[in-house]
Amino acid sequence: MLQVVCIKQVPDTETRVKVAADGRSLDPAGVTLILNPYDEFAVEQALRVKEQLGAGEVVAISLGGAGVQTTLRTALATGADRAIHLKSDVSSPDALAVAKAIADAIRPLEPGIVWLGKQAVDDDGAQVGPMLATLLDRPCVSVVAKFELAGQTAKVEREIEGGREVVEVPLPAVFTTDKGLNEPRYASLKGIMAAKKKPLEERAVDLGPAHLERVAFELPPARKAGRIVGEGAAAIPELVRVLREEAKIL
Amino acid sequence: MSILVFIEQRDGKVRSVAREALGEAKRLASTLGGPVTAVYCGASADGLASLGEAGADKVLAATHETFARYDGAGYAAAVAAAVKAVSPKLLLFGASSIGKDLAPRVAAKLGAGLAADCTSLDASGGKLVARRPVMAGKAFERVAFPMAPAMATLRPKVFAPAPPEAGKAANVEALAFDWDATKPRAVVTGTTGATGGKPDLTESEIIVSGGRGLKGPENFSLVEQLADALGATVGASRAVVDAGWRPHGDQVGQTGKTVSPKLYVAVGISGAIQHLAGMSSSRCIVAINKDPDAPIFKVADYGVVGDLFEVVPALTEAIKKLH
Repeated sequence: MLQVVCIKQVPDTETRVKVAADGRSLDPAGVTLILNPYDEFAVEQALRVKEQLGAGEVVAISLGGAGVQTTLRTALATGADRAIHLKSDVSSPDALAVAKAIADAIRPLEPGIVWLGKQAVDDDGAQVGPMLATLLDRPCVSVVAKFELAGQTAKVEREIEGGREVVEVPLPAVFTTDKGLNEPRYASLKGIMAAKKKPLEERAVDLGPAHLERVAFELPPARKAGRIVGEGAAAIPELVRVLREEAKIL
Repeated sequence: MSILVFIEQRDGKVRSVAREALGEAKRLASTLGGPVTAVYCGASADGLASLGEAGADKVLAATHETFARYDGAGYAAAVAAAVKAVSPKLLLFGASSIGKDLAPRVAAKLGAGLAADCTSLDASGGKLVARRPVMAGKAFERVAFPMAPAMATLRPKVFAPAPPEAGKAANVEALAFDWDATKPRAVVTGTTGATGGKPDLTESEIIVSGGRGLKGPENFSLVEQLADALGATVGASRAVVDAGWRPHGDQVGQTGKTVSPKLYVAVGISGAIQHLAGMSSSRCIVAINKDPDAPIFKVADYGVVGDLFEVVPALTEAIKKLH
């Protein structure tokens, strides 16, 4: 079975945000770029399915500028067999544009499973997975916390409010992965060396007209300065008082 | 031209996020104009006229025996049919677990742009602009919509339901839609791990979270007792989830849940940037920590420096005495 894992290169979660001079983007100075944390669970699950089946291919794909090849090499080093770089220098493309580009690239591969992390930690959109599934006309389950494959049917659990849904899904299908689905493996030194020789194909893509227009990128409104109301258990009466009288919460 | 609102139900009951979205639709209708139309997916259309009280002028009811449970492809087909029927300028969903899965499917069908997990919508400048947190709330972006309909999912608990219009009945119509339930599809066969009636963290009004300062999983009982006294949901920092003291579903933070309660109490949590990212849109933050230099005190509205093993029980007692 051929599996596709869609990955994204994002700013590290330690990043302290500075707004770029254009007022519409993150200032890239000093920002470390990493594989989207949720995508690690997607890569890992694809590798586990490949191991379970004893055969098949895992293809990593990512859309972005030249720099995303580093992240694709990370996926190759962890165990993906080959990679596709959809080259686009559009800054913060909208999810539908990304989903269309990926759908067009992977449709001919006829993947049995398409994996994505549930959301990218820069955009927090969580859109590309369900969009991709709709464009490919495949069943999709998002926020998968547990996954089992028996033959051509996946039995998964998806996080919902107050618990989880148990869902049965016939393949081919699309899944987006939550933290805790599995324990992602680290790339071994052998894997890192092998990755250099694995195929990484670059294709220029034209995203077409944007479906969303970002008009501003800004810091959150500053919170009003808080204060220490006291020390130890002795502070409790004052804390309760301010919560009732100032914050009007209790 | 309408504003169309997706009405989410669970077990046949309309969920709060749907009322919040109707409330926002009603407010926007005064600037953008247009009736407010609701589209509902469920097993039966009983009782939907009462959505009039929540702000809907009309309800399009997509009923199907499989719709008692969520079906992404089926619901998307129904909502797309509603869009075709009323040509809305704006389509709203709650950013719940269903909304976040459903809205993108509809956007792909319509070729429309979708702004996810919005915290405000503004039509005052002549064009609709949505504001939404990015990077787990460390920044915000404002987006406009070059294509119609504009689509947005709304963060739970941020928008208020409309003031109820007692006695107003919405006009309910059956919605015909094109969907083949016999095609291969994801089927919900049940639920598991029920958290016993407490609201999800993302929809909680009050949250008490515990961190590594609690020293061990058994000490979470202090947090649970305070949460019970406050009627709160219990959250956790990443450190204690990774240590196995609490399940991942309790984690608040950049790789956990983003919450927007009116009160967030952080117990023994130092305030790593990723944790702050998950709770910084709380209306009021209280921090209890023995380290006066803990970063959490920089975002807290009120802080207590002290030993949480003394402070938390004292706070629990004081809260109980209020009732």
